[in-house]
Amino acid sequence: MTMFGSNLVLYEEEFDRINAVLARLWMDANAKIVFLVDKNGQQIAAKGDLDKVDATSLASLTAGNVAATDGLAKLIGEKEFSILFHEGERDNIHISIVGQRLILVLIFDERSSLGLVRLRVRKAAAELEEVLIQMASKAADQGEAPASPFAEITDDDIDALFTE
Amino acid sequence: MSFINYASREINCKIVYYGPGLGGKTTNLQYVYERTNPQNKGQLISLATETDRTLFFDFLPLDLGSVRGFRTRFHLYTVPGQVFYDASRKLILKGVDGVIFVADSQEARMDANLESLDNLKHNLRENGFDLGLLPYALQFNKRDLAAAVPYDVMLRALQIKGEPTFEAVAPKGIGVFETLKAVAKQVLQELSKK
Repeated sequence: MTMFGSNLVLYEEEFDRINAVLARLWMDANAKIVFLVDKNGQQIAAKGDLDKVDATSLASLTAGNVAATDGLAKLIGEKEFSILFHEGERDNIHISIVGQRLILVLIFDERSSLGLVRLRVRKAAAELEEVLIQMASKAADQGEAPASPFAEITDDDIDALFTE
Repeated sequence: MSFINYASREINCKIVYYGPGLGGKTTNLQYVYERTNPQNKGQLISLATETDRTLFFDFLPLDLGSVRGFRTRFHLYTVPGQVFYDASRKLILKGVDGVIFVADSQEARMDANLESLDNLKHNLRENGFDLGLLPYALQFNKRDLAAAVPYDVMLRALQIKGEPTFEAVAPKGIGVFETLKAVAKQVLQELSKK
């Protein structure tokens, strides 16, 4: 199902590359917000006017939306619907699947257009796929992931998380 | 499937509340939401019908602070319990790290509990998971009701692998954090093995 192991692990180098791609896309497409989420709803990176939105909820609902649409696609015998577009009175949301695993989301208004967004997204998606491939080959090279930061976690550490 | 970001030193895990309809999954989440400091939680999102039945999912992001220098976030989801929403339930289990089964203690709901538990196993398998290996806790909710089935009867009927079990009264918060903590702990322990 995935090109990685069970967990998605993101390192500095790829994170920087992803951020650079998003920053360029944000400018080139004249978008308000650009963000990247994994299909499980975890936000990976974002760029733009994030103060005005609840990014975590946006990520989770986007993933839910994509999951539901994937379900619809399968029901009618399609592999996936790779692009979703929601048109509002003021703002629009463009959602596309990248490398079968990530979701690229753009929020834009009348200062941009669907055509421009589609054009820029196509280029950015190709770049993001390259980063994904790099992440996969890195994971394969290293075999096992580096020692987990949680390798020596204790019960006390966990209890401490829940003290109010 | 947890997401570890070494660049921003964050870890995100997904916990799903499962169980029969009207068993108290959403109530569990609402209690957690009410009792968590504003700076440690995001919005509680409920995709519900007009009669407040869960239609797709409820979602609550929780920030539990740092473990070993990593910001630890749990994303809590509930599934819709009603039988006919099975396609949605299956979707929500994607990428799950831990499951909490909220059983309804009323005698009349025992069949529904068993059916939902079977459904959980089935849907996990469809997503490539084995309930036997997944972090898991079992909550017996509605212990305050007169019609509640005795604890040991519930245990025999529903416990599948010696998972931790909790008696709960979700609207009052009894057992709510205890259950969540038990699963969160297993999820973090799983991570420590990787």
